[in-house]
Amino acid sequence: MSVLVLVEHDGSHVKDATLATVTAAAKLGDVHALVVGNDADGVAQATAKIAGVAKVHVANGAALEHQLAEAVSPIVVKLMDGHDAFLAPSTTTGKNIAPRVAALLDVMQISDILSVEGPDTFTRPIYAGNAIATVKSKDAKKVITVRTTAFEKAAAEGGSAGVEQVDVAGDPGNSSFVSLEASKSERPELTSAKVIVSGGRAFGSSEQFHALLDPLADKLGAGVGASRAAVDAGYAPNDYQVGQTGKIVAPEVYIAIGISGAIQHLAGMKDSKTIIAINKDEEAPIFQVADIGLVGDLFKIVPELTGKL
Amino acid sequence: MKVLVAVKRVIDYNVKPRVKMDGSGVDLMNVKMSMNPFDEIAVEEAIRLKEKGVATEIVAVSIGPAKAQETLRTALAMGADRAILVQTEEEVEPLAVAKILAKIAAEEQPQLVILGKQAIDDDNNATGQMLAALLGWPQGTFASKVEVSDSATVTREVDGGLETVKLNLPAVVTTDLRLNEPRYASLPNIMKAKSKPLATKSPGDYGVDVARRLETLKVSEPSKRQAGIKVGSVDELVERLKGLGIAK
Repeated sequence: MSVLVLVEHDGSHVKDATLATVTAAAKLGDVHALVVGNDADGVAQATAKIAGVAKVHVANGAALEHQLAEAVSPIVVKLMDGHDAFLAPSTTTGKNIAPRVAALLDVMQISDILSVEGPDTFTRPIYAGNAIATVKSKDAKKVITVRTTAFEKAAAEGGSAGVEQVDVAGDPGNSSFVSLEASKSERPELTSAKVIVSGGRAFGSSEQFHALLDPLADKLGAGVGASRAAVDAGYAPNDYQVGQTGKIVAPEVYIAIGISGAIQHLAGMKDSKTIIAINKDEEAPIFQVADIGLVGDLFKIVPELTGKL
Repeated sequence: MKVLVAVKRVIDYNVKPRVKMDGSGVDLMNVKMSMNPFDEIAVEEAIRLKEKGVATEIVAVSIGPAKAQETLRTALAMGADRAILVQTEEEVEPLAVAKILAKIAAEEQPQLVILGKQAIDDDNNATGQMLAALLGWPQGTFASKVEVSDSATVTREVDGGLETVKLNLPAVVTTDLRLNEPRYASLPNIMKAKSKPLATKSPGDYGVDVARRLETLKVSEPSKRQAGIKVGSVDELVERLKGLGIAK
């Protein structure tokens, strides 16, 4: 089986989400990678080094710089003539493009897979991860998005794949990029951070959220996350949100502070290796999944903790 | 311009789903069902476009069982003008839902179709993108802001922040959580919704085969985490963090 993987990148670097997707793809067959972008040959060269990648297709074009689904999908569809499966990471880019490809191929997408059980059989979370479905696809070609926390990362070095330029179909021209308001942070990205400190509504304000969590995150070299409630209240930007419909994370250590633990939040972090919870309500559901809990007032505990680290 | 919104009847957001003992699915007997929260946001956005004078008519569509009528009545009570129920007792996958919606869009000729970005039961996050693909329309997924004039400017919640795209109309928009806060239907509007038109159709009326492409072999409980220990002080917590190798 020949598998095409959509490479997640930022124009200069291959993102870790790609490496996990390559691991999932390798369970199905020979892995080919597709890099789409403007002037993306550097990314293609880096992709060629990923262990397990046999071939890299690169599609370059000014209209492809922002990887809009309208322009990327026809390129994937054309390449799928020679491939049996298309895998994209469950990032906002992958989730934007893959279903569009699936519909154009008349295939029902298998979303957010957790494991590959066979050439056409996969497990995937449903109901916010409160149930795991084992599904078998009857489609001849597969279109799959991959929950990247469920797969080990392929080694970024060790491969030596050939790189091939792809003919780029004309841009459909019905959508255009306007702007990106990128969150600026020196901290590790949530989806690849080893440690995450995450805050909830209990912080009471954006000022207190940052005044308390940022120094703690700095001490631990941690990424900063938030519950939906904290994001909705404006304490943290949208890309901090961990949960069913936000980011799915699985760091070595997840420290939930002032987060009660709604099922939608747990869906996004319960695969973390160690969960630590700090909450003033000892009945909070977060303690049912936490390995280490501390009951108390976060406004006292967090500064003390930061000071003692 | 006409706006089409798609709504799905799903398990209520506050209910903890339970896997059936026989592994055939999630138990929905005697469970509270509601409109998918992202679809409520879609309905609200359409109503706001109408209140701004941009939209002239809002058509709500649901593909689902007879009881999805209740979901459509909720949309009508919120402010949709009429509704179409494509009734089937089968569980319909996003691809088939998108095919039915594409047929309805061809009939109704909306300038905008708004859907929730994902349903909280099957968590696929696919229908809107599939619909846009089938219609050959552009898509603004995971929207946190929508402005419509002779085109649609959509701000999207993406992993790295907020991305804004401009879409030619007609277009498909899928909603994220921060787009708006849906209103509650008032009692007079709930009464009024009872007399708004609701047409009932079947997938066959649109010539769409809803046979599943994904066969569910089994549904199981995820592995459970055990509650761990509680520590009594920050000092103890610091010791634990040292033990985990993340503090010195």
